[in-house]
Amino acid sequence: MTNTSSSHSEAGPDAAGQFGRFGGAYMPETLMPALRALRQQLAAALADPAFRARRRQILTDYVGRPTPLFPAQNLTREAGGAQIFLKREDLNHTGAHKINNCVGQILIAERMGKRRVIAETGAGQHGVATATVCALFGMQCVIYMGAADIARQASNVARMRLLGAEVRAVAVGTATLKDAMNEALRDWITNVETTYYLLGTGAGPHPYPSMVRDFQRVIGEETREQIQARCGRLPDALVACVGGGSNAIGLFHPFLADPSVRCYGVEAGGFGLASGKHAACLSGGRPGVLHGNLTYLLQDSDGQIADAHSVSAGLDYPGVGPEHAHLFESGRVTYAVVDDDEALAAFHRLARGEGILPALESAHAVAFALRLAPRMTREQILIVNLSGRGDKDLATVQAHQGEAA
Amino acid sequence: MNRLDATLSRLRDQNRSGLVCYFMAGDPDFDTSAKLLAQLGAAGADVIELGLPFSDPVADGPSIQNAHLRARAAGQTSARTLALVAELRKTDSATPVVLMGYVNPVMQYGDKQFMTDAAAAGADALLLLDLPVEHAAPYRAAALAAGLRLIVMTAPTSDDARLAEILRDASGFVYHTTITGTTGAASCAPEQAGAAIARTRRHTRAPIAAGFGVRRPAQARALAEHADLVVVGSQLVETLASEGVDAALRAVRAFAEALRPNETAGAGAAVGKVIGGKRQPRS
Repeated sequence: MTNTSSSHSEAGPDAAGQFGRFGGAYMPETLMPALRALRQQLAAALADPAFRARRRQILTDYVGRPTPLFPAQNLTREAGGAQIFLKREDLNHTGAHKINNCVGQILIAERMGKRRVIAETGAGQHGVATATVCALFGMQCVIYMGAADIARQASNVARMRLLGAEVRAVAVGTATLKDAMNEALRDWITNVETTYYLLGTGAGPHPYPSMVRDFQRVIGEETREQIQARCGRLPDALVACVGGGSNAIGLFHPFLADPSVRCYGVEAGGFGLASGKHAACLSGGRPGVLHGNLTYLLQDSDGQIADAHSVSAGLDYPGVGPEHAHLFESGRVTYAVVDDDEALAAFHRLARGEGILPALESAHAVAFALRLAPRMTREQILIVNLSGRGDKDLATVQAHQGEAA
Repeated sequence: MNRLDATLSRLRDQNRSGLVCYFMAGDPDFDTSAKLLAQLGAAGADVIELGLPFSDPVADGPSIQNAHLRARAAGQTSARTLALVAELRKTDSATPVVLMGYVNPVMQYGDKQFMTDAAAAGADALLLLDLPVEHAAPYRAAALAAGLRLIVMTAPTSDDARLAEILRDASGFVYHTTITGTTGAASCAPEQAGAAIARTRRHTRAPIAAGFGVRRPAQARALAEHADLVVVGSQLVETLASEGVDAALRAVRAFAEALRPNETAGAGAAVGKVIGGKRQPRS
């Protein structure tokens, strides 16, 4: 199997949790001791062979890893260029990559003796994954979710409740993921002694961004082995959607030291960058502090956080993980923008072309791959992270079809 | 002399605890806010804590979250908050103003420029709720250069090692949050807070303010046995929102009287009020 998750600190973060100038832990003092305790427990866990073996076993027996690397021949033919492979994170238990992180973190929570787990969710995928591992480990689970997201992701809300979680609607602010995260942080500030905050993306205060990355790296580690076993070489391009950016950092990170592997992060363009209604923080935002880290944010000139917009609830967040901010400024990863319409079109092309319904988040990555592949040669290899399945998005897709008809 | 330092020195001479009154800048609008602030000193506020509106106030409970929303809806910005302080200084040149907010608006204004402009407007100190000691150095340097105090915060969860680290660079006063929670979310227990304040005091000679969860004058009075300053926020903000400026000023007077048991609020220097004898004499 691959190297341990703790063996690649060269890419950061530093002792203060910073990737270059990004990241850190900008949090009220009440939480700082809890973050330090989490850092200590995490370091001990990652160095503990028993912890790694247990995590590996749950990923194999329960999540269903490794996920396939599927050669999408119809899509390849249609695009006319690079060979397109899909890393099938949609085939994980609960239907997305989110569970990889949840398995790691629930083991940390258990190690810390916490019996109450809280989490934020946007599309509901992280909420479902958190509720799932809480059921498996017999822990109390409270999920914060924006009221607007509850309305557009009803099936995931029902799933969470069936799994025994309490779903608390957050009606303040924009009533989306950002506000759910505010409310989860307020809960944690209030109940810090008893509660574990299971944060779902590669953002938040240190150590969350690097912890989530390390638990998602399994995507890239498997991909690397699978493509080498199949083609005997590394891929030429990796493509993944970026909201907070956990699936993208998980795929990219094991390849960052290989300069021949180009990495493309795809942000949600909403109605288009020019409209101002988008979720593309790197392409359309600037650095600031939100939810405990310094990163690129959508904000106005007064430093007030702006509303994000995307057809995909999981990308509808006005920030991005700090490691992505660093990789953006260093130029190691290229960040592109795909708008709502292009993502919806890619959803249909993958459904009809390969028999796979992608999550609308992942459809952004598919759309960019369809743009990129024709500019590459037939000998080249392009891997798309299909981070989640699209069942949760059927109502949204049908509503847009109705508009188009 | 920095107005905050002068006030803290006067409180020490008077041997009484001071009242810190929190209101959100521009809540419910600029003019009402200006009218309220102009009367706070006379009503008995020893220090004005003025909230800087932010879209994502994670350390605030519902009352102050709503104040952020009202102020922003009325067009309040960081620049207008400094204008509000300048407006206050036309009529009150003595009551210190501590600006209290979150990192991002200050960062977007430009930290150095913000400190310079805040000092020029007549502010005396800055407290940023999401700026822990790990990231404070550049802000402290900028504050120092502008003549502002950067107020540090301690929490019930801060252990002794952490307290030593936080309090090494304390200036002005230390803000101790008496509860693990958001502003106004729970009612603090003065005895428990007293123990935490005593622990904090072992690491610093700076005056200690106690805040978060102070809702009644009697509670403020009990906290004053332990703390040099008592901060009242959510209760005042709620009163302003539901009953208006005059009611908010009445509430301020009630808290001020609780901290001056033997005189009328705002009636001038109190002499020889020994409150619990808890404070160490300081030079």
